[in-house]
This record gives sequence, C-alpha cells and structure tokens, in this order.
Amino acid sequence: MEFYHFTEFPWPNLPPDDEFTSMRVNLPSQVYDPDIGSDLFHSYLDQHVLADELGINCMINEHHQTATCLNSAAPLSVAIAARETKNARICILGNPAANTRDPIRNAEEMSMIDNISHGRLECGFVRGVPYELFGSNCNPTETSERLWESIDLMKKAWMTHDGPFNYEGRWIHKRQVNVWPRIYQDPHPPIWMTGGSDVNHATRSVESGYTFTMFLTPVEGMKKMFDGVRANLKKKGLPKPADDLFAFMPLVAVGETEEEALKFVEQVFWYVTNNKAEPQFRAPPGYVESQLYANFLSGKFSGGRTDAIRRKGMEYFRETGVAVYGTPDVVAARLKEMYEQIGGFGHLIAMLHSGDMPFKDCAKSMKLFAEEVVPQIKDIGTVSEKVGPLKDRGTPIPASRFKGRTEALEAARAKSGVTVRGPNLNKKKGKAA
Amino acid sequence: MAARKKASRPKKSTAGGTAGITRKKYKLQQANIVVETMGKGKPLLLLHSEDYYEKGAAFVEELAKTRQVIMPWMPGFNGSTLPDSIRKPEDIAYLYLDLLDEMKLTDVDVLGFSVGGWLALEIATKNDTRLRKLALVAPVGTKFGGAYDRDIEDIYFHTFARVKGFKFHDVEKDPKVLTEMSDREALFEAKAREATARLCWDPYFHNPSLRYRLNRTKKKTLLIWGANDGIVKPSYGRKYAKAIAGSKFVSLPKAGHFPHVEQPDAFMEALRPFLR
Repeated sequence: MEFYHFTEFPWPNLPPDDEFTSMRVNLPSQVYDPDIGSDLFHSYLDQHVLADELGINCMINEHHQTATCLNSAAPLSVAIAARETKNARICILGNPAANTRDPIRNAEEMSMIDNISHGRLECGFVRGVPYELFGSNCNPTETSERLWESIDLMKKAWMTHDGPFNYEGRWIHKRQVNVWPRIYQDPHPPIWMTGGSDVNHATRSVESGYTFTMFLTPVEGMKKMFDGVRANLKKKGLPKPADDLFAFMPLVAVGETEEEALKFVEQVFWYVTNNKAEPQFRAPPGYVESQLYANFLSGKFSGGRTDAIRRKGMEYFRETGVAVYGTPDVVAARLKEMYEQIGGFGHLIAMLHSGDMPFKDCAKSMKLFAEEVVPQIKDIGTVSEKVGPLKDRGTPIPASRFKGRTEALEAARAKSGVTVRGPNLNKKKGKAA
Repeated sequence: MAARKKASRPKKSTAGGTAGITRKKYKLQQANIVVETMGKGKPLLLLHSEDYYEKGAAFVEELAKTRQVIMPWMPGFNGSTLPDSIRKPEDIAYLYLDLLDEMKLTDVDVLGFSVGGWLALEIATKNDTRLRKLALVAPVGTKFGGAYDRDIEDIYFHTFARVKGFKFHDVEKDPKVLTEMSDREALFEAKAREATARLCWDPYFHNPSLRYRLNRTKKKTLLIWGANDGIVKPSYGRKYAKAIAGSKFVSLPKAGHFPHVEQPDAFMEALRPFLR
C-alpha cells in the first residue's frame, strides 16, 4: 500500500455560520485576507516538504471560488513540490481538464512538472465537483465526455515524438500539436481518476489502467463501487484488477493517546462541518445520471452531504470509515479492517490537515502516521504489473542536486522575515472574519 | 432538401386526458422527433417552452377547435432524440424547417414560448417562405446588453425557490411542484432540464449572431410579455419589438415569464385577434 498526505489549503477564518449560505461559488473573496493567507500558503507547502522528509507522498488538488481550498491552480503547487521535495511521489488529483478546456496547455504543464520532479508525477484527472461548473462555465452535460476526450488527446500528445499532429475531435480542436518538453516518464505518468456514483465511469477508468479514487465515502459505498468495478471487469473476461488501481481518502488523525487523536481529528473535521453549499450548486442538470437527477429534483436525493449528515457527529463518521483516528495501533488496525471490508485498495490518501489545525499538531499527526502506522500496513495489497510499484517509478534525484539548496533557502527565508513553519494566525485572527 | 421519413404509424393517443392528439415520429437528419398534432384547420406550429407548460394546456385545446396545432417535442424532450449533431437551438431550427417541408405545410402561424420563441426566430430568419405570422411569448435567444449585463436571468445559479419567483408573478400559479411529482414526472422533468442545459448553457440562452439578422424576418409578429417577467424583463421584450420590423408588443399585467399559465384568458384575448 502507498500513502499520501493531503491538505486542501483551507481558508479557516469564516464569517459566523448564519452570515453565509455557501462555502462554494458565491462566498465573496473579501472573506479572505491576503496578509494571513500568504503565510498560510507557505505553511501548507511546508507540509509537502515534511511529508517528503517522513517518507510518504503528497496529493494535491484544486477547487475554485471556495474557502475550502485556496489552491485554485493545482499545477502551481505541484510544481513547487516538484522542486522542494526529493523522493515523494506527487499526485495531482487532479487536473480538471474538461473545465479548463485546454488539454494541450495541461499536457505541457504536466510535462514540465514530470521533468522538474525527475518523473515523480502521478497524473490525476477530475471531472470536478458540481460547484466547479459555475465558475468554469463548462456545460455540465458535456464535462464527462470532454474529460475522456482530453485525457486521450493528452496521452497522444505525450506519446508523439516525431513532430506535430492535428486533431479535430468531438469537443476539442487543436492544430500542430507538438508538446515540449517531452514527458519524463515513458510513455506517460500513471493516470488517476475520481468518481462518485457512476460505476460505468469507474469501470472504464480501471479498465484503462487508471487508478480510481473515492473521497470521504463510507466503507459500504466504496465496497459497492469497487466490487461493482471488479464484477464488471470479470463479466468482460478481464483479470482481477490489482489493488493499486483503487484509492481512497478518509480524514485521518493519529495521536499518542485517544484524546490527542480526537483533538486532531476535530480540527480536520472542520472540512465536514463547514463545507456547506446551496442545494442547486450540488446538482446542475446533466452532472449526474438522469434518474439520480430526477431523485434530486423530487427531493429523494440530497445531491451530497447535507446539513443533517454533516451534523451527525464524529462517532458516525468513525463508524462509517470516513474518519479514521486514534493511536497508531488503532488506526493501523482500522485500516487493515477496512482493506478487508472493501475487498482491497492500494493507495491511501490521508487527509491529515484542515481548518485552522496548527502546523505543529498536523506535523505530529503526520509523523505518527508515517512512522508508526505506515510500517504496520505498507506490505498489504497487490500491485499492477503495468506500472509497477511506486518506488520503481521515475528516477530518484541525486542528493548532490540538493546540496546547499536547503541551507540557501533557509537563509533566504530568515532574511525575508517570513515565518515559514506555521502561520502566525493568532496575531491576526478575526481580522478577516 | 426534404428529410427522409421513416415509416411510423400515426397513433391516436389520449395521454394526459386530452383526446384527439395524434403522435408521430419523424426522422429528421440525425434526430427522431416526436410530433403531436391535434385539431383541423390552418396549421399552427406550437413550439413549447423549456418548462413545457403548454403540454395538455386548455388554451391549446381551444386553439385546436379551429386550427391544426402541430407540436414537435424539442430534442431531448418526451422521446425526441438529442443526437450529437444538435449542439444549439439553431440546429433545431433546421430540423423544424425539414419538418415543414416533410409535412408540406404552407401559411404556417408559429406560436413559440420562451426557448420555443427563440426557435421560431431562428426558423424565420433562415427561411420564412412557409410561414404566415409569428406569435412569440417571452422569447429568449438574443443578447441586447453589454458584456457585464445579465439580459437573461441565471436559472442555474439561484435556489429553486428564487427561480420560481423569477418565472411567476404569483408562485402559487406554478402547476409544477417538484416534491409532488411522481417518479415518471420527475424523470421527464430531469430529462427536459438536461436537454435545456445541453442546448442553452453557453452561450447562455442566446445566439450571439441572431440579433444581427432579425431584419430577415418579414412576417407579422406579435410579442406577448408578462409585465412581471423576472427571467427576461419587459424592457428586453421591447428591444425585441424594436429589432423586429412591424412587430407589436403586448404586456400582460399580473403575469411572469409564462403569461399563458398565469393569465390564460388575457393571453388568449391578445392572441386570438392576431391569429385571424
């Protein structure tokens, strides 16, 4: 099994709950204070460096027009991590290639990152949560098809090395495609996909050799989806997919004691308690299958995590596996149990940070996770032959490349007076709210 | 070129409690279009709105007493297919021109509601030789304002309750109550909304070029507008009236975007003399 640290780059200083209706789409940016936010960026980027030092990987995502995620252009943070880390695999999950509508530019960005990182890029793609359709103005009835077409075109662009080709497809037209620099990992980086309700989409992902990921989903839902994929592939006469074609992300917190773990997970839980959105943002027409959309219209389907679910409390989320927390042994045992319950998965993305969790708490939880949980479960799970284990992907950057660089960076930071290890939130807290 | 017809027997249907509707499928280009006809008389092409309130409406039955009412279901609605070749309402206009050829109709009056009114204008600006008059009820389809102006209210951004408020002067008059729909009705509504989004999401409920060719429609045109329309305001309708030569603008009080639903009597009083 492989492990990734994840923070969504939150903006924690929200107005009182009754003063805004949605974290998504329409929350005015006056809520954000650049004075505080610029420090936060450094604190979050430092988490990637710490993950690397602890021997785990990083996952980086993007969202738009929301306080849940300041990372509105993931390739930028991934590029920084590519430069600042040594060994970690950097998983972008992912590129909203349909919404951005320029897969060639996207292929170029990923090629640069793959080169800068010496082939440490895990290249994920997302259709984007429904809220993204408003800001991107991408037609919700088209995005699924556009995403698949974008990925096919990007792969073709990465794998073509003999000069330009032209493309006039269903949604995308490009002329003289000739991507420089050539991608580092041959023929292209491992590809990841995400999904929620559509088993056919998940099946198509795994069948294409892409790692399929689910976020903050109860164990039951994941088992249903992953089993559905495995059954569909069996029906097609295909071999059982290896575990590393399945990934999932729970909230994770590890403490020396149960009390400490609870304190940490409550900080991470900010993401669930505050993540509200007006209902119409959750299901624009054509985003989900027609029947599910019909159920949404008639009120039988909420379109996601409703206020009622968000308020069910920590124990509920622990029971369903959406939050995994405790002492190292408890967390390791629970993850092993979930591996069995779900029927196998190969990547665990641990959302170890959210809200205003201070860097020191996050760092402690990360350290316990990397040093005391990971060794207990890292050997479970099967690996695809096609891409091989993570450690064999890409090329390690020679240590000499980093010689003197860390010291020079530290010196520069000290000179600039910027606090990089943890933002000084207390000093300014409340100013933005 | 006339479209090829695939054999499909006309069926008498009593769906929705309305007797005397004939339902027939036409193969037009890549699409199969369900066409309902009722009544006898001079042809009246009824182009329904995205909210399809016209389905089974009493005023349609009244029209069918003296006219042959022909209502094609828009691609994606009620069994009409939405193939990949149909990307925007303008593409549907060509399907319907083929339909008029196929049915060999002349002197057709067109009655279009909202998106249906937009379709009527797309048809008339392309080829109006088979048409006689246009009656347009709060048509969308054109942008008159500047880049930062919201000519047509964003129905996807606001809560369902607010959107209802834009559509109706009195929300109690909306016959559609989502939470009271049967499973079948909810699926019908879902597919209608999906088709509408597919065709109208971007550019948002308009064709940027249409404004500049409105000069091409020479037919007598009546614009009917609810005085409290919150989707496209009466000021927008008056711009349409200005742009379409010789058109007449009628404002109906105590009505929103669907005056035929809220004020059916006043609506028919405005329409009846025009269709003579």
